[in-house]
Amino acid sequence: MVDSQVVLNGQTIAYTCYAIVMILLVGWFGFRVTRTGRGNKVSHALFYSFTGLLVVLGVSLHIITFNTIPWASMDINRDGIKPDKVFDISVENHQFRLPSEKLVVNVDDKVLFNVTSADLTYGFGLFRTDNSMLFQMQVVPGHRNDILWQFSKPGVYTIRSTEYSGPKGAAMILKDAVKVVAR
Amino acid sequence: MSFKDTFLNGEQGLFKAGGLTPMQKLVLRFVVFGLLYYGIVVIEGMIMRIYQVEPISSIPSPQYFAILTAHPLVGIFGSTYSIVFGAFLFLVPFLMKKPLWSFKLANWTFILIASGTFVFWLSGFLSHYAPLYTLYWPLPADFSQFNPLGGTFFVAGIALVMTGTAFFVINVFKTITYTPDGWTKQPSGALLGSALGVTGLSNLFRKKDEQQEHLVPLPVAAIARGSIDTALNAGIILFTGVLILVYLIGHLLGFDLKNSAVDALLYKNWFWWGLDLIADGLVLIFVAGTWYLLATLITGKQLFMQNIARAALLVELVVSWTVWSHHLLSDQAQPNMLKIVSGELVTAFELITQGLAFFITLATLWSARPLKMTNPLKFLLGGLLGFALAVPAGIMQADIGLNRILHNTQWIVGPHVHVAILVGLTMTLYSAIYFLFPILTNGAKLYSQKLANFHFWAHLIGGIGMGAFMGMAGLKGMLRRTLYFNGEFNLYMILAAICGSLLLLAFLAFFYNIVMSVGIKGVIGIFTPSRLDKKELLPTEAK
Repeated sequence: MVDSQVVLNGQTIAYTCYAIVMILLVGWFGFRVTRTGRGNKVSHALFYSFTGLLVVLGVSLHIITFNTIPWASMDINRDGIKPDKVFDISVENHQFRLPSEKLVVNVDDKVLFNVTSADLTYGFGLFRTDNSMLFQMQVVPGHRNDILWQFSKPGVYTIRSTEYSGPKGAAMILKDAVKVVAR
Repeated sequence: MSFKDTFLNGEQGLFKAGGLTPMQKLVLRFVVFGLLYYGIVVIEGMIMRIYQVEPISSIPSPQYFAILTAHPLVGIFGSTYSIVFGAFLFLVPFLMKKPLWSFKLANWTFILIASGTFVFWLSGFLSHYAPLYTLYWPLPADFSQFNPLGGTFFVAGIALVMTGTAFFVINVFKTITYTPDGWTKQPSGALLGSALGVTGLSNLFRKKDEQQEHLVPLPVAAIARGSIDTALNAGIILFTGVLILVYLIGHLLGFDLKNSAVDALLYKNWFWWGLDLIADGLVLIFVAGTWYLLATLITGKQLFMQNIARAALLVELVVSWTVWSHHLLSDQAQPNMLKIVSGELVTAFELITQGLAFFITLATLWSARPLKMTNPLKFLLGGLLGFALAVPAGIMQADIGLNRILHNTQWIVGPHVHVAILVGLTMTLYSAIYFLFPILTNGAKLYSQKLANFHFWAHLIGGIGMGAFMGMAGLKGMLRRTLYFNGEFNLYMILAAICGSLLLLAFLAFFYNIVMSVGIKGVIGIFTPSRLDKKELLPTEAK
């Protein structure tokens, strides 16, 4: 599966280009609107073309990501996918309780993290050693919170609560709790 | 004039508070309190920016999270609601060419919002009650972390603000539809239909010579539609507040209710449904309406594609009722259908409605060129740019795939939330303030154009810069709503703090400029009673 860092890099490039173009466009408009010139009237055709572009952009974003980001379809269809490994994790009083001290998985295994909360709403996220995020989900009390993930390369990951659960929540960190090893 | 004279009496002594109508004074009181609360929010923001670089030893972490809780609420209710409601309570009767329905109710709106904000801010400050604005169940009723008495006052403060909000909504709709004394009977049903966009929608399907007349100006229609979301939001927040109060007071009286009696996911759904009526309804609709008003006032021209603009506002209203699920894309128990339809597809409509408002405003401005680059125009362009950057950032995170790696990171709160509010919304409000300033002050002159220019550039660069550096940290994995103690993201946080300090300097320059324009005596005079008629918006000689 494609690493989530690759997707983030793609997003960074796309949004940065968009932001620069938009700043330049408004800057250009601000300059030109103070100058005389022909063609003050904006055509309706341009307006409707712009509307069409917005519709295409709004819809195509989700179609593209659904077909290119592998965990999107896997997440939606996870009930029908048999995991290679399941970890049942519980959370209570701002503490994660793991089935073992370290969670060890093999590269390319499909792993299901099933997290339950006995009191508050928490988050469950895995982070790389450089603090960047691999993935996260919410952990809502009284409900099933599970995420299926396929690890693409060996590594060590830290578990961290990704949702605010009061001041104590900032300390909900289990360093290097997940180890992914080559087969 | 000497510095002392200007400081006391304002620029050239032009501002005379004694000549203001009660409505002018009321609106200026709204603005003064709105700006004071904005100042508090900026200072709070700077404290948090510094804390993210290096935790401040004199501020314990519970205090930090109390600030984090109060910060957005003071910003939205204390500052934005004050300025927006004040301006709209003036603009609705001004544009409808009839008196406000109830001056008394408007005054109560001001009192309740100003005092309610102070009550919840103070209770959070003193008791460290910090369940965040999200109030995820059962955190607001977690008495192992929070003081129930502090929580009770906190919720009571919010309830005061919501009551003031309800009064505002009643006043807006009554002003649109009522018949003033001595007038011929007003067609209240047709006025309401026009305000809600029914006329604009039906005109799309009629031939040009059969189209119905718009009885309500477009900005008033936008205010009316945004007010519906405002009312629904107030209802949801009040309902949730009562629920939390039951648990808080129950605990104070010695019996604890079971937290599991409330389904945390259902609660999250209804609360986000209500909150999104502000974030995705009220803000976008009110802002689009304000853009249209400013564009027509600046240019003196008709709005480009007016019927489409009216219809888009109606679409936005319906969209705002059905988009809440994009906040629950990381909630695995949330049904997939809601995630895809509400969270992704309907949310994408906001790109369309806001994009149309962006285009229509620019096309209207373009039709009147050459325009002079006045303060209202430059701040309006800043506001347009803010939403042009922030809305697509929001659409990206409202995607099942991307949300998995963006949710609750600094990306959400940086390029999306802060750029939308600080650059998009606040610069639009500044545009309106600069435009209305001479009208509301009967011709007072701005003290310094250089300070206004500094205000513009420092705010624009500070706002976009802060959002950008927060966003970069978010893409590197930095979470919002938590603390880092080992300098993991210091480079980005230092750069964001530098940009934040630009925002603070911009605000100080603006505040100083306004105080020097009206003088200290003028500021005090705003809070003294007016002897003029409460029904009059402007003094007779100013009309």
